[in-house]
Amino acid sequence: MEAVILGYGVFFLTLGGVYALLALGLNVQWGYVGMLNVGIAAFFAVGAYASAILTGPADPAHLGGFGLPVWLGMSGAAFFAALLGLAIGLVTLRLRSDYLAIASIGIAEIVRLVLKNEDWLTNGVRGIAGIPRPFEALWPGNGGLAMLLVVWGLVFLAFLLNHRAHRSPWGRVLRGIRDNEPAARAMGKNSLAFRLQAFVLGCAVMGLAGSAYAHFVGFISPEAFDPVFATFLVWVMLIAGGSGNNTGAILGALLIWGVWSGTEILTGYLPAEVQTQAGALRVLAIGVLLQAILILRPEGLLPERPPRPVWRKETSR
Amino acid sequence: MADTLLDIVGVGRRFGGVTAVRDCSFRIEAGSVTGLIGPNGAGKTTLFNMVAGALPPSSGRIVFLGEDVTGLPDHRLFHKGIVRTFQIPREFSRMTCLENLMLVPPRQGGENLLRAWLRFGAVRDEETGVRDRALEVLDFLSLDHLKDQLAAEISGGQKKLLELGRAMMTDAKLVLLDEPGAGVNRTLLAKIAEMIRRLNRERGYTFCIIEHDMGFIAELCDPVVCMAEGSVLVQGHMDQVRADPRVLEAYLGHSGTEMLDRGRT
Repeated sequence: MEAVILGYGVFFLTLGGVYALLALGLNVQWGYVGMLNVGIAAFFAVGAYASAILTGPADPAHLGGFGLPVWLGMSGAAFFAALLGLAIGLVTLRLRSDYLAIASIGIAEIVRLVLKNEDWLTNGVRGIAGIPRPFEALWPGNGGLAMLLVVWGLVFLAFLLNHRAHRSPWGRVLRGIRDNEPAARAMGKNSLAFRLQAFVLGCAVMGLAGSAYAHFVGFISPEAFDPVFATFLVWVMLIAGGSGNNTGAILGALLIWGVWSGTEILTGYLPAEVQTQAGALRVLAIGVLLQAILILRPEGLLPERPPRPVWRKETSR
Repeated sequence: MADTLLDIVGVGRRFGGVTAVRDCSFRIEAGSVTGLIGPNGAGKTTLFNMVAGALPPSSGRIVFLGEDVTGLPDHRLFHKGIVRTFQIPREFSRMTCLENLMLVPPRQGGENLLRAWLRFGAVRDEETGVRDRALEVLDFLSLDHLKDQLAAEISGGQKKLLELGRAMMTDAKLVLLDEPGAGVNRTLLAKIAEMIRRLNRERGYTFCIIEHDMGFIAELCDPVVCMAEGSVLVQGHMDQVRADPRVLEAYLGHSGTEMLDRGRT
């Protein structure tokens, strides 16, 4: 019994960490600069597949067998997700935010269809199995625990980088663009260049989340990147936690993930014939929760605050 | 003879079937405070938008410091020394007043993300300098008590001052002020006028000011350019412009001037 609870705890916190990474990535794009990316699943999936192909075992059915270490797989995941973000960003960032949202939905759908149909690359709907976990050789039997530590190490790293970026003049320019783009441009800030940087950075963090997911679960297929739990849930997490607030993003991720996985356990107790309907009800419940948050705490549990300044107390002269 | 800072040559701008500015030409001399007046819809703000690069002209040329800058985007023109304010204040609403000013200085090292991550100490020193400069400007504008207030929360007049403050955070050569007095009370207006004069004298800023308050224009500006229906109607000293019957007609329309004439006789 203890082992089951421990096992569930590791599972819960690791996937919670994956979601925290996704929410932190979205926070750079939406919270800092106000870009509506509704294609999170695409960057998440590209990261996961990049990691799986780079580190997974050889399989004649699809590309792979490079046998690279996990850390290189993770770097590759961030790199390829960033590359996709760069390509998409160059095309769509001139669009106003609502049009960017529509474009990003379309792009996510394209990525999903590619993953599903390009068998030589991704093994199609059969997916990729046998993705290694880090430190498995060093610490046999505790692969899950090692993965938990790695994921939360990544969350910590992403948090630090996000936080420092937010407090710096770079983050100030992003907030300026979000608050009033014409004024920021009139103050000499090249808003397209800054938005592109924020978009690519956010996508890289989402790719990292995908990589962490792939190494933890060990098997990925296109089904895992359904927009409901790879995009919609992440948005609810950031809005619930507090857009523009990194601590809020992590808190929101854990909270909504708790509700999502908790209701899954509850539906397990229901009779088999109503379990499928209960699945739909869970999405509905999250939707209702989102409505409640928007009405009761529109700025989230931890609202955005101007970041702590980085200057020294004493004057410069 | 003063040097020409800005030369507007036959500039025009159409929006679909509407011509907002047509064949508009005038010069702004370095060190001057030029007034730009004219009835609503005369094309003053459209002209500002073109000079500041927010809108490309449909025709004509804009020459700044001897260089053709026609069609350059707004953020590039800022770095050449053209700074503008907006008719309706465009503050960075969810940033503090201090941050609103600290955003402005060009080429801040910390705007480079890698530097912000890896050279945090250097960014910190730089920020200390920028903050001190911003505090001086807030002090100059008597807004120092609002430094930690979000810009969304300050009054309309204070937002106007904050916009002026943004221009002071740069080494601007030409400052375009779009109705600095709109919605501002008399006392504050006098203060804004005083600040413009000081910036012009002490820092050598050249100003071009759109304003409907004729007292304000008469007191500050020489020369004055009057626009109507998209082009320059009259330009010269305020007394000349004011005395020109075409100016009155542009403001009041033909029937309006007739009405005034009837009133006089």
